Amino acid sequence: MSYKFTEDHEWVLLEGDVATIGISDYAQGQLGDVVYVEVPTVGDEITKGDELAVVESVKAASEVYSPVSGEIIDVNGELEGAPTMVNEDAMEGGWFAKIRVTNSADLADLMDEAAYKTYIEGLDE
Amino acid sequence: MSETSSTKKTVLYNLHVELGAKMVPFAGYDMPVQYPDGILNEHLQTRQSAGLFDVSHMGQVVISGENPAEIIETLIPGDIQALSAGEMRYSFLTNNQGGILDDLIVTRRENDLFVVVNAACKEQDIALLADGLAGKAEVTELTDRALVALQGPKAAEVLARYGPEVATMSFMNYREVEIDGVPCFVTRSGYTGEDGFEISIPNGEAEAICRKLLSESEVKPIGLGARDSLRLEAGLCLYGHDLNETTTPISAGLIWAISKRRREGGGFPGADVIQADIANKPAMKRVGILPEGRAPAREHTVITDEAGNAIGEITSGGFSPSLGIPIAMGYVPLDFSAVGTKINLLVRGKSRPAVVAKMPFVEQRYYRG
Repeated sequence: MSYKFTEDHEWVLLEGDVATIGISDYAQGQLGDVVYVEVPTVGDEITKGDELAVVESVKAASEVYSPVSGEIIDVNGELEGAPTMVNEDAMEGGWFAKIRVTNSADLADLMDEAAYKTYIEGLDE
Repeated sequence: MSETSSTKKTVLYNLHVELGAKMVPFAGYDMPVQYPDGILNEHLQTRQSAGLFDVSHMGQVVISGENPAEIIETLIPGDIQALSAGEMRYSFLTNNQGGILDDLIVTRRENDLFVVVNAACKEQDIALLADGLAGKAEVTELTDRALVALQGPKAAEVLARYGPEVATMSFMNYREVEIDGVPCFVTRSGYTGEDGFEISIPNGEAEAICRKLLSESEVKPIGLGARDSLRLEAGLCLYGHDLNETTTPISAGLIWAISKRRREGGGFPGADVIQADIANKPAMKRVGILPEGRAPAREHTVITDEAGNAIGEITSGGFSPSLGIPIAMGYVPLDFSAVGTKINLLVRGKSRPAVVAKMPFVEQRYYRG
């Protein structure tokens, strides 16, 4: 069980067939102060690549796309009252949603932590 | 990004980078959008203490000639002749349809006018002024001066340490003051709703003066991100967003910037349209908007009536750090412009309730002596 990352800076943590999704610490740093997060509705089906959440900073809104297909089984209700959790604890407390994954092969092409680190180092150059 | 190579830098560029600013292209310049403190903190810093802004990308222009105050009135509806030397006024360049080509600040000085225009419009404005006033006045851009704004409740106390005369200046007044021994043009004005100053400094001295101001414990550097959220809370228009060449001063709620003499006398581009607008009321009006809930409604968000018919659009929208809620402004038909009118906003395809609200959202705290 370990974090996987997309090129769009989402992270996925798969436990059994449930994937927890958030954005990386690098991403929250780029967005700046988060003031609102729109999370999906529990029970909805989502397809890989669809809009999963919207993160609003003071300056702009950014879409978060689902790295996996499946059913939304839980969302982080705490973000409603404390959106800055995304800034303060992006990798754990700032998660957005849990998805029951229909095809775990969705995760196959994602980066592991080391590959993602190399990837963001390349972006900062 | 590839834009960086072609963007211009202000004389404070190295200081911004040294301070850890995130630089972005804005109106052809590489400008600090935020420093490491972030937009929220920078915003609150300015409301609670003082913030220093680099606005050197804006155009500083001098108009000289026989009677520049009278001459410039052929291009703008502002009552410049009513100003005494050392007084300034908000006005705008209009087109023949009564639309706004840019908003600007005109200061009347002893022998000329000192005009500050928006960065994105400055080439257009200078050409327009030069053409429109050709043979009657001379238009000169001051490229040898930087422009910074010191804003916030502590601004006056801090700036007076370097130029004691600023303490007695009133809002919308101009004075030539030595700041730390350097001759500067100082106006008591700004774009945050707070008390504060804009300081025009010779290029060579700008960085040293900024470093001194930043060494004061009350002052921190503030980027364009917070500049935008501060002006939105103060209900102030941003050209290209809340104002453009199709908005008339009346629909924008800027009739206060056109004196009785100018309304009646006309003599500026589009005067007939603006006079008709005053007599018949405009079709659309700029209003403040408070979205319900926490989701900000951004620029171009469609405004509908409660039945779902599109009636207008948000022109500026975001989050208010001072109030902790989303705020916005936009244009709605006159019938929907009363404070308290219920409207809906289409945010990401979902209709969300909102209400027309009074502006400014945060009380302006100008110093009027």
